[in-house]
Amino acid sequence: MTIAPPTDRTVEHLDRGPLTREEMAATIARDIPDGSYVNLGIGQPTTVADHLRPGSGIVLHTENGMLGMGPAATGDDIDPDLMNAGKIPVTELPGASYFHHADSFAMMRGGHLDVCVLGAFQVSEHGDLANWHTGAPDAIPAVGGAMDLAIGAKDVFVMMTLFAKDGTPKLVPRCTYPLTGLACVSRVYTEHATFLVGPHGTTVVETFGTGVDDLAGRLDVPLTRIGAS
Amino acid sequence: MTVIAETTADAVAGIADGATVLIGGFGMAGMPVALIDALIAQGATNLTVVSNNAGNGDTGLAALLAAGRVAKMICSFPRQADSYVFDGLYRDGRIDLEVVPQGNLAERMRAAGAGIGAFFCPTGVGTPLAEGKETRTIDGRDYVLELPIKGDVALIGAHAGDPLGNLVYRKTARNFGPVMATAAATTIAQVTRIVDTGDLDPEAVVTPGIYVDRIVQVTQEATA
Repeated sequence: MTIAPPTDRTVEHLDRGPLTREEMAATIARDIPDGSYVNLGIGQPTTVADHLRPGSGIVLHTENGMLGMGPAATGDDIDPDLMNAGKIPVTELPGASYFHHADSFAMMRGGHLDVCVLGAFQVSEHGDLANWHTGAPDAIPAVGGAMDLAIGAKDVFVMMTLFAKDGTPKLVPRCTYPLTGLACVSRVYTEHATFLVGPHGTTVVETFGTGVDDLAGRLDVPLTRIGAS
Repeated sequence: MTVIAETTADAVAGIADGATVLIGGFGMAGMPVALIDALIAQGATNLTVVSNNAGNGDTGLAALLAAGRVAKMICSFPRQADSYVFDGLYRDGRIDLEVVPQGNLAERMRAAGAGIGAFFCPTGVGTPLAEGKETRTIDGRDYVLELPIKGDVALIGAHAGDPLGNLVYRKTARNFGPVMATAAATTIAQVTRIVDTGDLDPEAVVTPGIYVDRIVQVTQEATA
């Protein structure tokens, strides 16, 4: 982890409900420092782009070979040669650059990318990530750039719901799904709370519509507070 | 030395059964559809294909798969909303699959093209995709030994080329083209325009002609 948490003590927002998806995206965007080079994963993480501050100087990387990616393209701006990693037509911003795939992943692996935001099936209390394969026998495995991003970016933020559809926690002592990377996640953003994860375990940054004690009762992971001794 | 092929059939002539074929493109961007169509007509079979995806819809790589010419796919992301041709073959047990992290796919081809025997890479450490591979700890960090991927043939799409084989690309259609061009014994490029020697700015050339064996002009309509 290289980016400092946004608060020096754990904050419990009890006067409201859980975050909406839009609010989760806005919270992540708030926490990305000005001037960062950022990769946003396919799906929900892509929506973080809609909440970046104007003039922040944040430069978006897409692993298919571009820095300076702009918003999704519409109408006459759609160009079949210009897409993001999710194969959605996008636009280029002034100052954009293009490069081939080996360079694109070299800049990731080489530690030049500040932040990536990824979805997840599970994250462990120490930051192991599982997000590429359910391990189901009939599933066709597909990893894309997930493993490269997980170990490449200086900070890996996960954006996910805290519980699976069947109610089981996705922040777990140990991942049971096939791993994407070991000890690579630094933060987990969910609708109920934001967590720091790492070698020292899991720390709650903020809660939304619930408290740390309540969350501790619903997770199998020991939780600590920022600023607690 | 680069040869200008008059037709896509001439461009793909001689590709052998059992060949390893590197096919450029990320989704359809940069995919050399006209060369793939010519390869289908040419008839080579039992191919190993290396490409980021495993076909979209019914055209390009998906058509080659549907024609039953591919024994094995090496790719990073086969499963997509419109990868039904591959999905069917895979579920029927009619095609082998090796899933490779996207950056390793690119770097393994880069290594092949650069004469590197193998490299230690941090990607995938501790995951199922590193099982059975040699690992080493260097300066306190764990790495997995990855081997090069060399092609018998590379089929790539570029924007413009000249008679010496120098290539330039367009936007994110560049993707795997420059890397694959270096990694195959025979590299074949389809371009939307062949310009006169000297018309490409030497400072802007992305793939120098030394890597390109055959070049064929395909109108933009035919690649869409």
